[in-house]
Amino acid sequence: MKLKLKLPNPGLEDRIHSHAELEKLEEVQAGDRLQWDNKAQYMLTCVGFCVGLGNVWRFPYLCQSHGGGAFMIPFLLLLVLEGIPLLHLEFAVGQRLRKGSIGVWRSINPYLTGVGIASMLCSFVVGMYYNTIMAWVMWYFFNSFQDPLPWSQCPINDNKTGFVSECARSSPVDYFWYRETLNISTKIEDSGGLQWWMVLCLIAAWVVLWVCCIRGIETTGKAVYITSTLPYVVLTIFLIRGLTLKGSVSGIVYLFTPDVDELMNPSTWLDAGAQVLFSFSLAFGGLISFSSYNPVHNHCEKDAVIISIINGLTSIYSATVIYSIIGFRATEKYDDCLARNIMSLLNTFDLPEGNITESNYDEVFRTLNSTNPETIQRLNLTSCDMKTFLSEGVEGTGLAFIVFTEAITKMPISPLWSVLFFIMLFCLGLSTMFGNIEGCVVPLQDLNILPRTWPKEVFTGLTCLGSCLIALIFVQCSGNYWLALFDGFAASIPLLVIAFCEIIAVVYVYGIDRFNEDLKFMVGHKPNIFWQATWRVLSPLILLVILVFYFITTVSKKLTYIVWDPESPVFPTLAQVTYPDWISGIIFILAGIPCLAIPGVALFMFISKRCCKKDRHYMEESLNTISDKVNHHPEVQLAIKVF
Amino acid sequence: MWTVWTVWMVWMVCLVPTTSEALCTEDDGYKVRLSIKTALGGDAYEWNESEMFFFKATLAFAMRTYSGGEQYDVSNILVCDETLRVSFVFVVTKPSNTSELVPRTEVENAIKKSRHRINSAFLLTDQTLDFVGINPTLAAPIQYDTPPWLIAFGVVMGLVCAGIVALLVSTFLNKKRSKKSADEEEAGRGNGILCESIRGKDGLFNQGLVDDDRLTKL
Repeated sequence: MKLKLKLPNPGLEDRIHSHAELEKLEEVQAGDRLQWDNKAQYMLTCVGFCVGLGNVWRFPYLCQSHGGGAFMIPFLLLLVLEGIPLLHLEFAVGQRLRKGSIGVWRSINPYLTGVGIASMLCSFVVGMYYNTIMAWVMWYFFNSFQDPLPWSQCPINDNKTGFVSECARSSPVDYFWYRETLNISTKIEDSGGLQWWMVLCLIAAWVVLWVCCIRGIETTGKAVYITSTLPYVVLTIFLIRGLTLKGSVSGIVYLFTPDVDELMNPSTWLDAGAQVLFSFSLAFGGLISFSSYNPVHNHCEKDAVIISIINGLTSIYSATVIYSIIGFRATEKYDDCLARNIMSLLNTFDLPEGNITESNYDEVFRTLNSTNPETIQRLNLTSCDMKTFLSEGVEGTGLAFIVFTEAITKMPISPLWSVLFFIMLFCLGLSTMFGNIEGCVVPLQDLNILPRTWPKEVFTGLTCLGSCLIALIFVQCSGNYWLALFDGFAASIPLLVIAFCEIIAVVYVYGIDRFNEDLKFMVGHKPNIFWQATWRVLSPLILLVILVFYFITTVSKKLTYIVWDPESPVFPTLAQVTYPDWISGIIFILAGIPCLAIPGVALFMFISKRCCKKDRHYMEESLNTISDKVNHHPEVQLAIKVF
Repeated sequence: MWTVWTVWMVWMVCLVPTTSEALCTEDDGYKVRLSIKTALGGDAYEWNESEMFFFKATLAFAMRTYSGGEQYDVSNILVCDETLRVSFVFVVTKPSNTSELVPRTEVENAIKKSRHRINSAFLLTDQTLDFVGINPTLAAPIQYDTPPWLIAFGVVMGLVCAGIVALLVSTFLNKKRSKKSADEEEAGRGNGILCESIRGKDGLFNQGLVDDDRLTKL
């Protein structure tokens, strides 16, 4: 079915290779474009890019908070309707046009160059703060080579009478994360200066990244053999370890217990859609770049489906592993809480040990409460609730650096599990960073800001150096607050806008008919009705709905953030504080500039074309004059046109 | 005279126990709580008279160690308020004068000094053998000369820097080598394509004519 709605796009054939040219390119291999050594490298790189920290610490939380097993329904539905079509689109576009993100959009229509620039900016900003998380992971990794682990006990105060107050009131893991790692200030305005140990870890993270992507896919292609496969090995080890611990099954049961009422809640669908989009690392430009190194007849349709399935299954698998360990930790905490309460009761009423056990605790408590209510009141017993323990702090950095590290200290041979866990997180993050660097460096090369003759090492080196210097914001005392700000605003709305523009550009500007023909040339058959329906209507619609709702929720919510303040009355819970006024300016820069780059660059191109037209008129007149007088050879005429 | 002496003896015999009871109060002594079942689980021993005797003897030992040889005996340790919880109150009397109590602070210091020996005698820990009011001195954390994390950091950075140097040197050497071979193979090259690669193929695809950038230079 030919699409009637198509925007005018003159000169498209001049900007892209024809099918015949592509075949020639394939045979002669004259292009200076890099290539994958084998298909496995390409698949592992894409899987590594898609599978990241979000699969480990965002998806399990969403799953548990939005109705457990029932969350699978919106997640898998949106995976099929939104994730797979967009992924296939990016792969096909990259493979067909054989350029990085700026080159691809520039080829489709020069006015769309802004989409590529927005992708590049997003990749750059996300890469910056993502690698700071890697620096934190490295810090914990370096600190895992000691027994006992430094976050298993509180440090002792100066006069050796007790533990440091901040630690005694919260917990050793909280203290190690907020004080000894971040040395966090109480609000975002208190910058507090650079923390030297964090600066060292940041430098280490960027240097490791540079050594892996120093020559682009030549080096990352080798690195992904380890960084993409090791996380699965470690997850399996943790699953086996987790299942042998007490209480792990209760965690898994809690994760997957379905609550079908949650499906009525629109935020469940919104979160599922957003998770699918961000989890697939779409709109960063990295995937387009990776697939442009493929041979022309690579089966991109199969690749897209396989990678989507792997990504979905990895999310579910890692959620199972994480929650088995969380179940263990919750059970331990519950047992400790109950034991403390039992001991209190035994001590107050001088009952022999063994009179109160876990099984008869409730009835004994009730009897004692009815006979001596005032004594019980004075004891201030904390109520022990498994559900609270299972649902506390199970998202984001809190999961990795507080909850999981606490669970690890309760396992035998803790340093081993700690080392394994942080190596896994590091590999997950590093393979995602490869895609981010690709999404930054290749457009940079395409923009011709620096001379093309400079080796790739310089491009990657300059990108890493620049990002490292700017990322020093995140290693101040207030760094964590800045990171949360960047995470909330720089990586959400711009990506949705870019993804929407991408699909509209390919379907309506490039032309879905031409695109179908391209796929028939590359893969062998025209894409079937599923792809047609999703590309033309369903995926853009879903994206638009998610974008509008996301925008409304972001704009309407109050600008608050949570801080670690030992002086606040709610300590050790994080206190909620409003942002200072100048933060709205920063938010506008973060979220607005990539989005505005799209129409902004189009306007710039339009204006510069008008100016050039005037110049060209002048030039054409003088050419006419020359051709009147000079008897020229046809070759000369050709040379003038090309110039 | 003899009757007076008998009456006085009877009165003393009756009085001494009450005096010792009067001596044994929580304000002058310490409350002790043992959580044997919590500590030992299945291997828990029964708390009986012999165990109590052992406890008194251990305390006497602690007092002797602290006071530097003063002849404290089991009879100097007075115990009262025993409960089924296995908790009781004890006071220590001076060996020279059994109606005088050793001050609390001395008892506390003596116990602190020999705490580890007392714990091990009963196979218990600071938490399961609880002297109410005497907080266990916390073990000083292990101090390292170089923090272990710096060592791990140094190892990783060393490896990575070696890798970077190796890669940069190899790029440099490759460039030199390809320059040399390019000079040697000038004859066999046209347009950057070796003759071998297009042998057998018809036509030559000249990339020079396809310049994508001519319209869209930013």
